[in-house]
Amino acid sequence: MASYIGSATSRVDGRAKVTGEAKYAGEFNVPGLVHGYVVESTIPKGRIARIDTSAALEVAGVIDVLTHRNRPQMPDKDDAYKDEVAPEKGSPYRPLYDDRILFTGQPVALVLAEDWEAARVAASMVKVEYQKEPHVTDLHAERSRAFAIDAPEKPRGDAEKAFASAAVRHAAEYFIPTEHHNPMELFASTAIWEDGRLTVYDKTQGVQNVQKYLCSVFKMKPDEVRVMSPYMGGGFGAGLRPQYQVVLAVLGARALKRPVRVMLTRAQMYALGYRPASIERLALGASSGGTLESMQHETIAVTSQFEEFARNDTGWGNLLYKSPNAKFEHKLVKLDLPTSCDMRAPGAATGVYALECAMDELAIALDADPVQLRLQCYSERHQGEDIPYTSKQLRECYQQGAAEFGWDKRNPQPRSMREGSELVGWGMASGVWEALQMPTTVRIVLTANGHAEVATAASDIGTGTYTIMAQVAADMLGLPIDNISVKLGDSTLPQCPLEGGSWIASSVCNAIANTARGVRGDLLKLAIGMKDSPLAGAGVDDVALIDGKIVSRRDATRAVSIASAMQSGNADRITREEVNKVADDKSHARNVHSAIFAEVKVDEQLGVIRVTRVVNAVAAGRILNPKTAHSQVMGGVVWGIGMALHEETLFDHRFGRVMNANIAEYHMPVNADVHDIKVIFVDEPDEIVNPLGIKGLGEIGIVGVAAAIANAVYHATGKRVRDLPITLDKVIQFN
Amino acid sequence: MIPFQYTRANDVADAIKQIATDPSAKFIAGGTNLIDLIKYDVEAPSRLIDISHLPLRSVEPTSAGGVLIGAMVPNTDLAYHPLIEGRYPLLARAILSGASQQLRNMASTGGNLLQRTRCFYYYDTATPCNKREPGSGCSAIDGVNRINAILGTSEACIATHPSDMCVALAALEATVHVTGPAGARTIAFADFHRLPGNTPQRDTNLEPDEIITAIELPPKGFSENYSYLKIRDRLSYAFALVSVAAALELDGDTIKEARLALGGVAHKPWRSTAAEAALLGQRTDATAFAKAADWLLHGAKGYGHNDFKIGLARRAIIRTLGQAARGKPQSISDKKIR
Ligand SMILES: Cc1cc2nc3c(=O)[nH]c(=O)nc-3n(C[C@H](O)[C@H](O)[C@H](O)COP(=O)(O)OP(=O)(O)OC[C@H]3O[C@@H](n4cnc5c(N)ncnc54)[C@H](O)[C@@H]3O)c2cc1C
Ligand code: SF4
Repeated sequence: MASYIGSATSRVDGRAKVTGEAKYAGEFNVPGLVHGYVVESTIPKGRIARIDTSAALEVAGVIDVLTHRNRPQMPDKDDAYKDEVAPEKGSPYRPLYDDRILFTGQPVALVLAEDWEAARVAASMVKVEYQKEPHVTDLHAERSRAFAIDAPEKPRGDAEKAFASAAVRHAAEYFIPTEHHNPMELFASTAIWEDGRLTVYDKTQGVQNVQKYLCSVFKMKPDEVRVMSPYMGGGFGAGLRPQYQVVLAVLGARALKRPVRVMLTRAQMYALGYRPASIERLALGASSGGTLESMQHETIAVTSQFEEFARNDTGWGNLLYKSPNAKFEHKLVKLDLPTSCDMRAPGAATGVYALECAMDELAIALDADPVQLRLQCYSERHQGEDIPYTSKQLRECYQQGAAEFGWDKRNPQPRSMREGSELVGWGMASGVWEALQMPTTVRIVLTANGHAEVATAASDIGTGTYTIMAQVAADMLGLPIDNISVKLGDSTLPQCPLEGGSWIASSVCNAIANTARGVRGDLLKLAIGMKDSPLAGAGVDDVALIDGKIVSRRDATRAVSIASAMQSGNADRITREEVNKVADDKSHARNVHSAIFAEVKVDEQLGVIRVTRVVNAVAAGRILNPKTAHSQVMGGVVWGIGMALHEETLFDHRFGRVMNANIAEYHMPVNADVHDIKVIFVDEPDEIVNPLGIKGLGEIGIVGVAAAIANAVYHATGKRVRDLPITLDKVIQFN
Repeated sequence: MIPFQYTRANDVADAIKQIATDPSAKFIAGGTNLIDLIKYDVEAPSRLIDISHLPLRSVEPTSAGGVLIGAMVPNTDLAYHPLIEGRYPLLARAILSGASQQLRNMASTGGNLLQRTRCFYYYDTATPCNKREPGSGCSAIDGVNRINAILGTSEACIATHPSDMCVALAALEATVHVTGPAGARTIAFADFHRLPGNTPQRDTNLEPDEIITAIELPPKGFSENYSYLKIRDRLSYAFALVSVAAALELDGDTIKEARLALGGVAHKPWRSTAAEAALLGQRTDATAFAKAADWLLHGAKGYGHNDFKIGLARRAIIRTLGQAARGKPQSISDKKIR
């Protein structure tokens, strides 16, 4: 039997998704369902002076309007609201808690009605009077108030001095505006009473995180709340923390003792988390020979007034490049906005963008080829920790990517390549992310008919978790993939961390391997118990499960069919639950890497930019499924195109409001903006990172893409744009 | 969303009768703009009079040698109609550069003329906006105005009319057929949309109790030398930062007649007789095009974020005239600017 691992298996849930059989959080219906509609604050800061709900309550079909005044009891301690990934410092937002307004779009009332339309019209009739207070929402205007937090990487040597005396220097500031995730599926939660217990269908990347959070906020016992999220129409980090609509749905259900659904509108989703706007200051000093002497990276990023959210923007240089002197600083500015949050490759998408543009600028200052400079500065060890990598095929990424792209034909001179009315530019960048593993429990139930159910509380946020789990289980259990059913997205299933950080594939698959080993051991016991067993004396690692049989690894003729082993042992099922072993091993750095090559064509007169070619060469350990992996990286590249050219949440700081809170005006790439994308997976065997050699692919696809494009735009036009997005008016001085 | 009544109009006379009895009623055709406005609480009609079933769906040649387009013809059907593709390709290309296929399937010819501005503040009821709430102020003048106008603006409003189709109709000098309680009348396209002045709440000279029944195209379609070029922040499915409709009649490389209209820059499709006159008798070269551009942009004024539109428009005009002169019109399926 051919191995499923490594094969381009189509999504096992594909059919359910395209036929509509797959249900999402806002699609679970029960008789008597109540619909909740959120009334949002129109101001960014102040207090609610008065709320008049009388007109809303008169609307036919309206049952109640919950506000901070009449909501059911909620705890008054911060701790009760801290979910698994809440920032360490701060006081999490509590929906409908009191009269305080912390950000525009904050829910101030929840209208509960027999139907969605009634709730919606009534919501427009809730009159709120505010006591406004002065607000701040502009990072640039407030940057002098930035305060430092612990940077993830320690300083080395004297970076400032080394920079001052370096032969070649480059220092500049880069800017990435606020971006919103905009997943296709709207955030929704449906809270349903079942035998006095609550089942909550929630759009979330972590059912157990939400379950624990709800138990804590509503002082309920673990077995009184079950959270389900079988499918998710995109998360990208927006669904890592419990979002406010889940609290509102449960508040409503508790208040009315009825099932309640709260679904947000697209516009309302702009009051959830976002990728924080950040100013990234890079200072690189090099010897004239092109080795780094000094590396400084400072980030100033946005958080809310009430929580300190920060990710590692600055530390990536330590993974990519050697430099004897280095300094990293991370600062935050508190603004009257919701708390920023994780968004695909948080920290890296932004930090590596700046770092890789700065490396390009340094290469120009050195008159060096950008790839050559990176190879010269290549670090074989994590510079901060001084430890080797479990594996690092980044050199191969540069080489294979460059070869595929045709980089050797590049004329380094800006504006030297053209085609008709367009200037052609070629740029490149590196990408880096982490290869993490988290403790995860997987349960396998093997039944005598040769079917197995594999279960854990993970969410498949659209990445293909169902599929890779089925592949790995099929291989490990020696069964056809059609005999495997995967159960996910239910808090009552075995423990699993949030789906984020690119750690799910490695965590879940290694847990499957361990659990399957347990199943194998159980089967072997049964087989050995058979009369004249051909497997007598074999240990669990002497046998494998292949083609429905327990087979000796040494002598394939010695085998017992799974069915007869179970039959003889009178076992109609074997159930096992095991955890992956997450080594607490600090002796190696665990990372994935990539090299991105981009071609842009820029209309010389009009400044219109097209990204005509991208090659993304990725080294990410074992690739479980080239098909889903390819999609994952290609999606990352498309997002990178958006980050480079289109995406920006536009604020009017006078009002503290988002002005383009819809996907017609919040631009992301459409088909016309996407041309040729080539994904290469560089072979990267890794026996250290984890037994299966899996590193994860969720984030790496976007990292570095915007930098490669920005560098290509410079090469095409001779104009360096450091503020994203690169719009035509930044490339050309029109007037 | 507000509760409203829904009725269907049986014929044009019925539609007029219905709207006369209820001044806060609104016609609904494709609904692609009106429904959004209702959802945003910008519009709150007491009644929606559905005119989408009116028998105004034909595209027919007129005795005068032009074409009469029913107000209910969907944008998609119009763009792909053989008469339009063949004789008025400028119009076809303009339509296809707008919105998305799904929206064009729903959007009607009449509705396209009457779509409201996309000014961010107009859609956000938490901000002042003279067009939405006369007298409340214009947030865009000192605000986020990348997409706003540079020509024909007023202190009261700097909104643009966002249509692509209308830019081509302006260049082609179409006529709008309308019917009201007083009977039918026609409005020259140039007189249909208004400048904001101090009444930005009024986009057009159509009376509230009138209905658009048809658009008439004159015989001349400029099907040899034309182009519609739309410059935007992504290559499809975005409103124009600047768009240009250019149509030329040439004798060799001498310009016998010229039409030039801009979209995305004003409260109405922007034309100038001086600009078109400046092209007459000229050779099709960049100098002549640049002169026309300067005439057309005469008096243009930026408001900060949209300053770049002036220079961009100038270059876009020159490029579009060049495409038209060469007989190489811009095509949306190119995925690039010609
Ligand atoms: C996301 C998005 C992107 C878009 N992008 C573009 C673009 O790039 N370029 C572009 O040109 N357009 C674009 N559009 C706008 C689209 O073209 C218009 O919404 C559409 O043409 C309106 O036609 P409709 O029939 O749907 O009008 P409706 O929404 O039905 O009506 C609009 C208005 O016209 C009135 N009305 C309609 N028909 C008549 C009539 N016969 N007589 C009198 N009054 C009438 C209605 O009462 C209403 O006030 C976009 C729209 C959306 C939502
Ligand atoms: S430009 Fe016009 S539509 Fe925009 S805010 Fe000002 S008045 Fe309103």
